[in-house]
Amino acid sequence: MDKVKKGVRLDRISKIYKDPKTGKDFYAVKDTSLTIEPGSFVTLLGPSGCGKTTTLRMIAGFESPDAGEIYLGNEAINELTPNKRDTAMVFQSYALLPHLNIFDNVSYGLKLRKVPKDEIKERVTKILSLVELSGMESRMTNQLSGGQQQRVALARALVIEPSVLLFDEPLSNLDAKLRVQMRTEIRRIQQEVGITAIYVTHDQSEAMAISDKIIIMNKGVVAQIGSPYDIYYHPVNEFVADFIGEANFLRGKVVYSNEKQITAHIEGTDVILPNEKGLNAGDSCTIVLRPEAAILKESGGLKCRVVLSCFMGSYQNYHVMVGDTLVKLEEHNPKNKHIFKVGETCCLVFDPDSVHVL
Amino acid sequence: MATKQGAALDRKKLLGDPIMITTIVLLITFLTLFILYPLAVLLVDSVVGDGGVGFGVFKRIFKIPTFTKAITNTLKIGFTVGVFATAVGLLFAYVEEYVKLNGFVGGLFKVVSMLPVVSPPFVLSLSMIMLFGKAGILTRYVLGIYDNSVYGFWGIVIVQSLTFFPVCYMMFKGLLRNIDPSLEEAARDMGASRFKVFSSVTLPLLLPGIGNAFLVTFIESIADFANPMIIGGSYDTLATTIYLQITGNYDKAGASAMAVVLLSITLLMFIVQKFYLERKSTATLTGKASRVRMLIEDRSVKIPLTLFCATVALFVIIMYICVPVGALFPTWGYKFFPLTGKWFGQVFSKYKGLKVFKDSFILSFISSPITALLSMIISYLVVKRKFKSKGFIEAVSMLAMAVPGTVLGVGYIRGFSNGIFGSGILQGIYGTGIVLVIVFVVRSLPTGTRSGISALRQIDKSIEESAYDMGANSFQVFSTVTLPLIKDSFLSGLVTSFVRSITAISAIILLVTPQFLLITVQINEFAEKGAYSLACAFASILILITYAAVLLMNIGMRRFGVSKISEK
Repeated sequence: MDKVKKGVRLDRISKIYKDPKTGKDFYAVKDTSLTIEPGSFVTLLGPSGCGKTTTLRMIAGFESPDAGEIYLGNEAINELTPNKRDTAMVFQSYALLPHLNIFDNVSYGLKLRKVPKDEIKERVTKILSLVELSGMESRMTNQLSGGQQQRVALARALVIEPSVLLFDEPLSNLDAKLRVQMRTEIRRIQQEVGITAIYVTHDQSEAMAISDKIIIMNKGVVAQIGSPYDIYYHPVNEFVADFIGEANFLRGKVVYSNEKQITAHIEGTDVILPNEKGLNAGDSCTIVLRPEAAILKESGGLKCRVVLSCFMGSYQNYHVMVGDTLVKLEEHNPKNKHIFKVGETCCLVFDPDSVHVL
Repeated sequence: MATKQGAALDRKKLLGDPIMITTIVLLITFLTLFILYPLAVLLVDSVVGDGGVGFGVFKRIFKIPTFTKAITNTLKIGFTVGVFATAVGLLFAYVEEYVKLNGFVGGLFKVVSMLPVVSPPFVLSLSMIMLFGKAGILTRYVLGIYDNSVYGFWGIVIVQSLTFFPVCYMMFKGLLRNIDPSLEEAARDMGASRFKVFSSVTLPLLLPGIGNAFLVTFIESIADFANPMIIGGSYDTLATTIYLQITGNYDKAGASAMAVVLLSITLLMFIVQKFYLERKSTATLTGKASRVRMLIEDRSVKIPLTLFCATVALFVIIMYICVPVGALFPTWGYKFFPLTGKWFGQVFSKYKGLKVFKDSFILSFISSPITALLSMIISYLVVKRKFKSKGFIEAVSMLAMAVPGTVLGVGYIRGFSNGIFGSGILQGIYGTGIVLVIVFVVRSLPTGTRSGISALRQIDKSIEESAYDMGANSFQVFSTVTLPLIKDSFLSGLVTSFVRSITAISAIILLVTPQFLLITVQINEFAEKGAYSLACAFASILILITYAAVLLMNIGMRRFGVSKISEK
């Protein structure tokens, strides 16, 4: 595809809905600005009701923003109806046309664009081979598996060569194994075509696996934008830390700080940590501790008591109480390691560099 | 406030879509002109009818004893029929869903559920008279009772109950299917007897549905014109009184006011039914049955229930059979043999049968595709699109359901005989086939729309959105996606509206001009004159036509219906 790649820009977008129960207005999306680079794969991630799907549907044109402007490339597209926008969407329920066969489904958009017959045939054949469905042209949609149907939906969106591909939780109807396989597929195809893609999901591992950039949304506003690595290791708040991966939060008080380091008092123990946020003595702080970032030892670190110890195969799952705080741990590759039992007291040990201070 | 931008953008997008705008404008014009306007005229008429604004006309009609009597008559009948039809319908549905039936009884049930679809409205009245009337076969020849009168309250009640209970039966069947059997099994498991399970679990779940069925029947009953006309005798109901007021007494203002009274009653019922009971009856039964119900095989329950239902079903079927048979007897009530074809002959030789069937057929044939397409467009707009006047379109097309045919008929007379508001505009259509076609369309629109809406609700919204997203405009979405997906509903709407139109009488009888001879009007005339054999001959042919139409639809559905998707 030798089309000029286009990005998407949202300029202070808001969308207001009426709550059907209370009749009150609320912001589904509030004053959100985003820039999505041409050719990048960006994921909108968040719990249900966070505004991610509304945002996507506004980009597609199904919903109209109550404030702000949406740009596709340099063009303002607020007033364009979905059929006039150069976007193509892959729906959660696939939304294939059940009365048409695969070929007719994929060629639907091309026929509307009055593309010559020969060219339609050529382009459909090419795209079907890209999604590995060659030879299925004359099948009806209900003769395909869920994964195959999703490929058809993807092919149908790709074949019209849109500037932007939109995905609305495309894998949530598939079983876990297929989901993993399809997300790799989607990433491969996006890279091959080099198209701008905006992907909505509530599955954080899916988002991590395919995105160049993740936009985490919560209650209608953007919580954090960053690469999967950034977001995992440098979450801006507890919501993000908790939503991406598993996180334990240890509360403490800064007793000493300089530019590089702080000393935090946590559950009766002083811990030296990097000072990324410029905290001062007397501030309270929260430590984000990933389950794989700490181990249990006989001595050193924070005192704790084991309340659950469970062998999971690839790791040993512990729940320990550090003071009144429950901390979940995963000790990987537990073979030949000492296994702590429920009721034992021991010590929680972690490397200051592998935790994040909020 | 910020909301304005979204609404403004939606409006702009809509305006950028000329096909949508044109469709919406045309629809609103049609609905306003042919549903709202005639009703508004009635209201205006009854307030200013006798000269001077006020309630003079109402005061006058409420002094007419036959009118006040008609109100109580109508309500009494509506209530009794509502109770009977609901009870029998519930029993039928219960037996079908809960009791193990043998093939024969199951077949009877199927026939009974089909009959009201194909039958003209007054067939049961005809056969009631022929079976139980003065010269009735059963009363006079089997039981030896002379002078038995079927005319009056009980005649109407029996006929209407038998006519309307299949509708209740189908409603309850749907509701019972949605009750999760495990609820009842749990009650049974905790020690409840079968009757206790019914009274403490099944019945409370059905309660809103029962209210719903009762009111639907009530509305149907008080709006019914044909049966009271034929079997009511001197027992007048509102519908017949209005008819007589306008055709006999030429009191148009009075008839308008009476129509307003009748309309207020049905409208009130309709509002209660629509906004209170219908919502509740589906809300309590949202659960899908998790497994198949264990059918009752207990003979002490099974035999009496089955026997009762089978008897009712057989009775109804006999009444229908009575119609073609009645047309074959040389003289009903006096001479039965040898069977003769002379009445059928006379239909065509003496009574312009060919023209009668041609007129009815052509008018219905023109109106049915219009109705079907219109109701699909309305359903599409209501279910799939959002725009401001959508509520209006939905409300008005549903409102038509609550308008009795007689009321609509009077409204059209008052509204169009001198053109719109007496201005002469559109006067040209009055008395022509166009007005008849429009009435047919309006009368069938609610049923078509309702079935279209429920069909469209089954279809995932994103299927149309995907087509829209791929670049299709509204018209392309509707014609290449929506319509092909609901073609079953479209086809059945086509046939239903055809059948409804060709069997319609209440509104039409007020509007038809001598240049058109319609079957139902003919049947009514012959029945009034006591020429039952001729009425039966006409009715038999009519049933044949409607049955053929339904048969055609079923074949069509099998050929072009859902099967196409799975066949390749």
